[in-house]
Amino acid sequence: MEYMILIISAVLIKNIVLAQYLGVCPFLGTSKRMDTAVGMGLAVTFVLVIATAVTFWVQKLVLDPLGLGYLQTIGFILVIASLVQFVEMFLKKFVPPLYESLGIFLPLITTNCAVLGTAIMCIRNEYAFGQAVVFAGASALGFTLALILLAGIRDRLSVSPVPRALRGTAIGLIMAGLMALAFNGFVGVDNSLNALMQQ
Amino acid sequence: MNLWREFSKGLWRDLPPFRVVLGLCPVLAVTKSAIGGLGMGLAVVFVLTCSNILVSALRHVIPRKVRIASYIVIIASFVVTVELVTQAYMYPLYEMLGIFIPLIVVNCIILGRAEAFASRNGVLASAADGLGIGLGFTMSLTVLGALRELLGAGTLFDKPVMPLIYQEHPFAMMVEAPGAFIALGVLLGLMNAVTATKGT
Repeated sequence: MEYMILIISAVLIKNIVLAQYLGVCPFLGTSKRMDTAVGMGLAVTFVLVIATAVTFWVQKLVLDPLGLGYLQTIGFILVIASLVQFVEMFLKKFVPPLYESLGIFLPLITTNCAVLGTAIMCIRNEYAFGQAVVFAGASALGFTLALILLAGIRDRLSVSPVPRALRGTAIGLIMAGLMALAFNGFVGVDNSLNALMQQ
Repeated sequence: MNLWREFSKGLWRDLPPFRVVLGLCPVLAVTKSAIGGLGMGLAVVFVLTCSNILVSALRHVIPRKVRIASYIVIIASFVVTVELVTQAYMYPLYEMLGIFIPLIVVNCIILGRAEAFASRNGVLASAADGLGIGLGFTMSLTVLGALRELLGAGTLFDKPVMPLIYQEHPFAMMVEAPGAFIALGVLLGLMNAVTATKGT
């Protein structure tokens, strides 16, 4: 039940893109077509969960005992960069069509702040291992959900008479804003859930 | 005069994040207030200038194959510096920017300048480039922060400017997430419109 609340909170209430402002660049960059959006969502989910699990143990087993907390940023980004490299080689070898369609955005997962952000947030919120992995999975799900929703909207926008100056990223941002407004409606759901738990 | 050109291009021609649409996460997250935008902007100026100088100085030493990893390590070291300094001397700012200070590491603008400019140009030119792009970024963030603070809370740099009735019932959505996306989208559209009419 505790996990249930964590998941609902991370996917809907504190959605990683629409409420926490993490991973906005790939969110806008890969949402022009539905198939790239789905692929990017999957790639981010995979990397995010593994990266959070690995960085959790890096923090607990290496940085904390040695008193190297200040190296957290450098250590985490190196772990993430090598993981992304691994995923890229894996996809190139075994799923070439997906590799082709993700193109430039795969190496860019390294600089996707959603990955580093989630890893750091898990440490700062002092989650246990199970909570951290569930939180990472739910955040990735939230990212994928927002990405696919925006891809659907932009699909319709491509045949609409958008003013010339707003075409491209500008209208994408405004649409994301309207989606964030809709997701704002979920604020307060966690309170009711907690109350429900206590009954 | 060449140095001036490298410096000034960041202020209009390549003004981030409007002309070069990169590094949007901190742009949206820290511009709840003008001070947040200014603070984040100055942190980026420091990291960008220092990393540009170091990358440029080491450009003949770093092997091509591991260049991206090396740039990330260089950038991360300066980010840790900023993190520790703000934590020690500017604690309110450290609290306000929160997780977005370590996340300067993954700001694509900084890695982008290292790869596209500093790894191909001299130290002085790279310093000018980093300073210019960084100040342009600061300018954009401060303007966006001021706009959102003014509409969303009725204040500017924490000083009340709007009438009291507005401050009691502000357009609060502007300081929340939806306002961030919409304000940036509208500003981007305006910039596009200005560019189209000026033809530059």
